[in-house]
Amino acid sequence: MSDKSTDDYWKANVRIITICMVIWALVSFGFGIVLRPLLAGIPVGGTDLGFWFAQQGSMLTFIALVFYYRGYMNKLDAEFGVEE
Amino acid sequence: MPSLAWKNKGSYEMDQFVINLIFVGGSFALYIGIAIWARAGSTADFYAASRGVNPIVNGAATAADWMSAASFISMAGLIAAVGYGNSTFLMGWTGGYVILALLLAPYLRKFGRFTVPDFIGDRFYSQTARLVAVISLLVMSITYVIGQMTGAAVAFSRFLEVDSTTGLFIASAVVFCYAVLGGMKGITYTQLAQYVVLIIAYTIPAVFISLQLTGNALPQLGLFSTHTATGQPLLQTLNEVLMELGFNDYTGNHGSTFNMVLFTLSLMIGTAGLPHVIIRFFTVPKVADARTSAGWALVFIALLYTVAPAVGAMARLNIITTLYPDGVQGEPLAFDNKPDWMLNWERTGLLRFEDKNGDGLIQYYNEANPPQRAIDEGWEGNEMVLFNNDILVLANPEIANLPGWVIGLIAAGGLAAALSTAAGLLLAISSAVSHDLIKSMINPGISEKGELLAARISMAFAIALATYLGLNPPGFAAQVVALAFGLAAASLFPAIMMGIFSKKMNSAGAIAGMIVGLGSTVLYIFTYLGWFFIPGTNMLPNTPDNWLFGISPLSFGAVGAALNFIAAFIVMKMSAPVPAEIEALVESIRVPKGSGAAVDH
Repeated sequence: MSDKSTDDYWKANVRIITICMVIWALVSFGFGIVLRPLLAGIPVGGTDLGFWFAQQGSMLTFIALVFYYRGYMNKLDAEFGVEE
Repeated sequence: MPSLAWKNKGSYEMDQFVINLIFVGGSFALYIGIAIWARAGSTADFYAASRGVNPIVNGAATAADWMSAASFISMAGLIAAVGYGNSTFLMGWTGGYVILALLLAPYLRKFGRFTVPDFIGDRFYSQTARLVAVISLLVMSITYVIGQMTGAAVAFSRFLEVDSTTGLFIASAVVFCYAVLGGMKGITYTQLAQYVVLIIAYTIPAVFISLQLTGNALPQLGLFSTHTATGQPLLQTLNEVLMELGFNDYTGNHGSTFNMVLFTLSLMIGTAGLPHVIIRFFTVPKVADARTSAGWALVFIALLYTVAPAVGAMARLNIITTLYPDGVQGEPLAFDNKPDWMLNWERTGLLRFEDKNGDGLIQYYNEANPPQRAIDEGWEGNEMVLFNNDILVLANPEIANLPGWVIGLIAAGGLAAALSTAAGLLLAISSAVSHDLIKSMINPGISEKGELLAARISMAFAIALATYLGLNPPGFAAQVVALAFGLAAASLFPAIMMGIFSKKMNSAGAIAGMIVGLGSTVLYIFTYLGWFFIPGTNMLPNTPDNWLFGISPLSFGAVGAALNFIAAFIVMKMSAPVPAEIEALVESIRVPKGSGAAVDH
């Protein structure tokens, strides 16, 4: 495997990590805390969407993110021939 | 010692004691059976279960390793007490697993060693870096283990009527059996069993309560469903009754948004930097399995963490409904009519009522912001003078009138949560001593057999130390968790992350970063909470107006981590670049291929 392809593999990895971490921050620090006032108009079971993200939605999104990243990386590993 | 709740209730008492004994004794027999089956024969067995653990099994073991007495017993009570503001625990303690899965676990697994200081020492080609990592690890793991041992002792004394000293010795003996004998291998499979016990114990009462209040069997949905008794959403009802009693509403934000963000972030990166969690990912066969395993760990953790906020809100509403049987505008509950569970828990000293105005009724309200009714009727103070948050989960089955076997299950579940975490911490401590101090620093020539023996002896010493500290808790048990997370966030997490994501980070930079992160965090915490948590030695009062930029000492871990990164980059720029072989090492850990070769060293 050439250095070029190792570099490309790592760049692709850092790119998908960045995307996932932006979503990670958006659902927890964003929707769950800082942006909650913006979501106040969307009612969910006696409260608002921000509360749901803080106590349920962020955790469910985290699970989805980790499994998405896993699937993405399995494909990327195979594509670059670096899987075990 | 607080006597047992059901002890004072005629024939019921014996039955409940026998049921608890059967559940706890049965679960212990299972753990010891696993220990005998999963004995460790080599250091690879002892430190990393020979890297042969199925990723889903490892996910469940990680969940049990992670979910301590604090998650099982205290968390729902913490959320119930504050409402929305304490969502920080839910997001912080799960969000850390995204960091682990994406930023740390796969690369550390690829590196293929046994401990966290192993990685830091080799990557930063420095025994000093290794030693700083060992010291951070020991401080955070030992402080953390004290809480688990005292938690186990309390559960014993409450459910099995032994005094807490005896309880502590029983807990230590059981952990000794499977941890010393089986090492990581024994711990992994007992943690799997403990996960099953604790999740069943947590879920069953929650499902019953959700059904009772909302008719929805899934607590996660019940929390946002219609409250059957009032016909409006459960959270709306809860908000209304709380505000009528002068409390803050449940779903509103009543604290500083800034500290909420910072505290959540500190918990997240602290979680990702805890060595006893990280080493669980060394047990799976492949790098891809480490990613899978982190996903399953999060699924298994979320099974409890998404239920906890429902338990909190529903239990809070249940308690108010019990105290105001005719609604919060109706007549409060009479002292003579207290249900059994209140009488039971009053005996433990964790719940206390006081008839301040002598009218024989329990007026529960917020004294600091008394409702109009309290003024009109001349109430003389809140009469539920003490409600310890820990009651909530433990008393849940009694509050909801569930059968005795559910109480036995809760007892076994609480113990499973405390013991599984204690075992993981003890392994992190003993491997840091036998592997990092003895094998890597003091006596590199030690034989495989000698190292295994050293690992077992350090484990035995760690258990003895934990037992001693459990018997003589240093009086700051409540604050130590903040310290452990702060240290993990500010010292180990940044060092590991820079070790993977920066090829240029050198030993001087990493050491400077760890010392600055560690030092600033310890200093900030001690400034407000007292030197070594000794009361009265704090240099500034622990109130928001004294905090630097309004940062709570509990939230400082994230700031310490930032200072770590900054110090590391400044020192890196001023010192010698990394050797070529270290750059090659970093390149190799970034790709999964070839992890098998690195197992032995």
